[in-house]
Formats: sequence, structure tokens, C-alpha cells
Amino acid sequence: MNDAVRTKAKAIQVINIVKRFGNFTAVDGVSFDVAEGEIFGLLGPNGAGKSTLIRMMTTLLDISDGTAVIEGFDVRQDPDKARRSIGVIPQAMTSDGDLTVWENLSIYSKLYGIPSADREASIDELLELVDLRQWRDAPARNLSGGMRRRLEIARGLVHRPRIFFLDEPTTGLDPVSRVAVWEMITNIKQKRNLTVLITTHYMDEADRLCDRIAIVDHGKLVALDSPRALKASIPGSSVIEAQFLAPPAGWQKTLTQLAAVNSVQPEGAEMYRILTDDGSRTTTDLVETAVKASVAIKSLTVQTTTLDDVFVHYTGRQLRDQLADAPLYQSPVAWGK
Amino acid sequence: MAEFFKSERMNAIVERDLRKFFRSPALMMAAMVFPLVQLIVLGNAFGGKIRDAKLGIVDHDGGPQAVRVIESLRAVESNARTFEPIVYSDEKQMVNDVRKGNLNAGLVIPPQFSRDVYAQARPKIGLVLDNTDNFMTSTFEGTMGDLVTALNQPDVQPRVVQQIALQVVELYPYIEYMKYLLPGSITLAMFVSVMIGGGIVFIDDKARGVHEGYLVTPITKMELVAGLNVAGALKAMGAGIVLTVIGSLIAGVGSTFQPVNLFWLFSLILTTSFAFITMMFLLMVRVNDPLVPRAIFGILNTLLYFPSGAIYPIQAFPKWLQWIAWIDPFSYSVHGFKAVLLKGVGLAAIWPDLLYLSVFAIGMFALSTMLFKRTL
Repeated sequence: MNDAVRTKAKAIQVINIVKRFGNFTAVDGVSFDVAEGEIFGLLGPNGAGKSTLIRMMTTLLDISDGTAVIEGFDVRQDPDKARRSIGVIPQAMTSDGDLTVWENLSIYSKLYGIPSADREASIDELLELVDLRQWRDAPARNLSGGMRRRLEIARGLVHRPRIFFLDEPTTGLDPVSRVAVWEMITNIKQKRNLTVLITTHYMDEADRLCDRIAIVDHGKLVALDSPRALKASIPGSSVIEAQFLAPPAGWQKTLTQLAAVNSVQPEGAEMYRILTDDGSRTTTDLVETAVKASVAIKSLTVQTTTLDDVFVHYTGRQLRDQLADAPLYQSPVAWGK
Repeated sequence: MAEFFKSERMNAIVERDLRKFFRSPALMMAAMVFPLVQLIVLGNAFGGKIRDAKLGIVDHDGGPQAVRVIESLRAVESNARTFEPIVYSDEKQMVNDVRKGNLNAGLVIPPQFSRDVYAQARPKIGLVLDNTDNFMTSTFEGTMGDLVTALNQPDVQPRVVQQIALQVVELYPYIEYMKYLLPGSITLAMFVSVMIGGGIVFIDDKARGVHEGYLVTPITKMELVAGLNVAGALKAMGAGIVLTVIGSLIAGVGSTFQPVNLFWLFSLILTTSFAFITMMFLLMVRVNDPLVPRAIFGILNTLLYFPSGAIYPIQAFPKWLQWIAWIDPFSYSVHGFKAVLLKGVGLAAIWPDLLYLSVFAIGMFALSTMLFKRTL
């Protein structure tokens, strides 16, 4: 856990927050704090309640119970002041394709009441910050996905917010653009001393960049800590993924009995995911056991514990499985998303 | 405490909508093309006089009075050209041709017709009509009625005429049907513009998340609703002004361009645009599905345009339809435009229309602001 971050003042406080849509509870009593200057990640499968959580914190959705306090402003009591403290980048690309980059930013600086004397300089500074200065007069529709996302990031910053909410900012981007967006976010965070709350499906990104991560599943907070502490919190320091050719019945039990093995999860197609405290020893034992039982090994990989394993441990399923599925739940007010 | 209303934020919404409109005006052009095409096609198709219809004639008499009737018909053929007489020898054949549509009507002069005329023994001629076509039927009835009245006139008029004559005084020059349609076409252009700009584009923007972007800013409910309504009204006004100018040139309504009339026309365009956009906004204020405005376009058009008196007088409607016309803002707009464009009258005639449209717009705006949700 990043102790330096934890000792700072609270930028966001989420207090036992609940969102119900009729009989369905999308977010069920979630509480957490985000410290000033922290990058806080929300992880969870589709339908887990991440976007609903962000929408409640950013005043986009009414809160059924509990509350969120942003920069000291209760979003239920003082939504207007909370709005002035935050920048929000929604999941969908909502910049106006027919308007130029500059016009998109100009409209939003007017909506935030930036004085006209400061507007031009402020927008130019932002364009410099997101590296879009040369595209100033280009229609937004002509920008690539990554550039368009950078424009949206700039749009969320026109009023110099202290807290920045980003809902899956890299979804749909190619790997190069994803890296560029993340670098830009960390760079802006440092330059402007921002607190960042972000949702993402990319575990590697969350692992590398977030100070702390909250895992949300079925509307509940199932784990919250720094990536390092989360990885240390699950049994086993290594993960072995092995695929066998026609293993006999009871093969999972056989694998579980190997030395240092904590758990074995079948993953279909004769593939097993083995969590172990000693990767090299378990690998040797596993190969010997397979040879003795005349079971051919089709593939075998050994790696240290990742956030994927943390996710599987706490939710009982792979995040990538969820991503492949259709959304489990869509908010009835999701406006076409 | 949140600021109640800041015009700069409202103006930002208007600016965004108008910039977007001027970058992609194709939809709005389409909004103007539809009423213009309607004006030109309906204006030329309806309201014209019947020409060169086919009238079969069977003369069973052959006497001098029958010849007189046929000469009268030939006179109509040569002058008004309402119909072209075609002589038949077989009455059955002629009636069959009327049934088949080869003829539009048939005239039968019975045997002994001339003798009956001279004997003043109730002489009759028969008119066979295809009454599936009301317009053609009434034209033949009217023309033949005039012709018979003329034939009945005595050769020498009595010194003291005792019959009552109706003297018609027309207050305005003859109004062609295209001119009659023009007020409705201008109103329709504004309505289509509002339907596209205030209905379809509004819901599409919602679905694309544009409004989600607005809602995280400090903009108030009233600023947002006012901004979207003002933007929609400005686009509708553009459509109304273009249709008034082009439509007046096509229909030949010169009085449009008199300064006083221009002022009243502008007042009507302004109030109509706001009445329409606020009504449309109220209808769409809780709608999220982009298919809805497209689906109800036709229904709204039928429900509002046709009962308005734009193409047929309201007085001819059944009571329930007159009630729709009474609350329909279209009716007041059409009435106002007719008063200015066709009669050249000003405030004295159109103040009730301006008042109704203004009150209607304020009411719709207040209701839609109340119903507008500041959250998703």
C-alpha cells in the first residue's frame, strides 16, 4: 500500500452508497476514500456497477442511499459545487465531430464560465498539454481514436478541476494509443496535481499506474488496496497454466495434491490454472506426475501472480470471460450505450 | 447556491447547435424541400379548372331544340374548353363508355324533346355522371346547370325583372390554390425543421452521450432547456424565412415584400417557431430512443397539419376535428399567415394568433423545464 498517499487529505469519500433501479440493486453499500493526488482504479466486469458508481459520484445519477463527498462537497447537497471540482471523461466519445478541436474546447470553457479573457490562453495551454496544437482547427471527426480521446481529456480539464474521473478511457484504442493516453494522464496528473479515479478493463495498466485498486463485483466492493498488497493477499506467488491431452477422471484432485499448490481451477478445454507458493517445484512435480500417469502436456506456462489472478480469486471468474459476454446489466437510463 | 440563469452558458448550447447545423445543413435543406415540393405539386395539381373532359352525346330527338343544346355544348368546347362533346348513336354504348372511364359524362336528349320545349311540357335532358369522382361530377353539374339556365332564359327579357339576383362582391383578387397553400407550406417548413432539429437531432445527441457531457458541467436545467429551444427555434425561423421568400416568389404573392407585411410575417415566424420547438421539446423531454421521433413524425404531421385549415377550411370539419384545430398551434399560424399574405391585413387580424402562439410557447417551455431531468 502507498502510505504516502494514504496519509493525504481525502479528495473523494464514498459513504455506503446505494443505487437501485426498481428491484435491481446496481450498487450495494459501497464505501471507500480516495486521497488527494492518488490514481485510484475501479476494476470489475461489465455490469459490476463501475459506471453507475462513477455516474453517482459525478452527479449524473440520483443516489438511492448513502452519499459521496467530492472535495468536501456532498454531491446530494451541493451538486453544483461538486461539478465545478471535477472533470469527467465518459466512456463514449462524446466530442462533437462536426466542430473543430478548438470549438469543442471553447464551448465547454463557456459552459464552465471561464472568463473570455482567459479562454484563448487556457485552451492553447491545454492543446499543448495533450499534444493537439497542430490539430487546433481540424474537425474532431478527422482525428484518430487516440487523438479524439486526448481531445476529450482536454475537454474535461478546461476548468482546471482538482479531481478527474475517467470511465474506461483506453477501451477501443490500439496498444500504441493506449500507452500514449496513459502517459498523458500521468503527465497531466503530475503537472496539475490531480486526483484521478479511473475504470479500466486492462489489468496491466491498472497494475502499473494505479496507486490503489478497488475490485467491484455485483455492485459490491470485494477488495481494495494497492496492486502489490492485493497480489500479496491471495494465496500462491506463482500461477501455472497447463493444458493436458485427455487427462483421466480426478485429474484436478491429483493436481491439487501436488506440493505447494494452493488451488486448481479448471478453465475448459483441458486447461487448468494452478496457484502455487513454489512455481519451479510445482512445475517439476507436475511434469513428473503427468509422465507417470501417461498424460501428455500440450502446453505449460509459469508466471508470477497478476491482477488477473487477484480478480479471479475475489470474483471467482476471469475478467476477460466477462468482457467476451454481452453486458450482464445495462442501466435503464444508459442512453443507448 | 447554484446560479439560476447565466446567459453565457445558454449561448454556448445555442452556439454548439448552430455551428453543427451550418456544418451539416443537409437535413435542414431536406426540411425545406418537402414543403416546397408540396407547394408546387399540390398548388398545381389542385385548384385548377377542368379542361377537355369527354362528354358523350346521344340525340334521340334531332329537332331544332336539340340542335340548340348541341350548339351550346360546342360553344363551351370552343371557349371554356371544359369538355369535348362526342356524338354517339347508341345510348347503351355511351353509358358503357362512361362506366369504363372512356367518357367522363354523357348527355341524353330524349325523343320528342323539341316538341316538349315548344309545348312547355316539362322538357328534360338526361346527364349520366361517373359519381366516383366528386370533383368531376360537381364540375359537370355546375357547367350543365349554367347551360340549362341560359337555355331557359326567354329570348326577350321582360321590362320588369322580378327574379332575385345575387350580386357577388369579392374583397380580394382571385386567389389561386397555390397561394392558398403557401401559408400552410411556410408553417409546415418550420414544423419539419423543428421535427428534425428539435426532435431527431436532440434524441440522437442524447443517445451519443452529448448531453451526458453537458450534465457534468454547472449548467442549470433552465439554461440547458432554454439553449436547446432557442437553437431549435432559430433553425425553424431560418426555414420559415426561406420558405416565405421562395414560396412567395413561386406562388406570385408580391405583397410579402412590403415592409409592414414583412414585419408581421417575421412576428408570426418568430412566435410559430417558439411554439413548435417548445411543443416538440415537451414531447421529447423524457424520450431516449432515437426511433421514437422518427416513428411519430408522420402521426404528428397528420394530426397537426391537416386539421389546421392549411389545405381545407376548418368550418367543413366535424366537431371533434374542430376541437383539435382549436388547440393546434398550426391553425393559428396558418390563420395569421393567410391574413398577412393573402389579405394584407396586420395586427388587427393576427393579434389573437400571436397571443395564442406566445402563450402556448411559454406554457410548453415551463412544462418541459419542469419535466426535464438534470440526471441521466
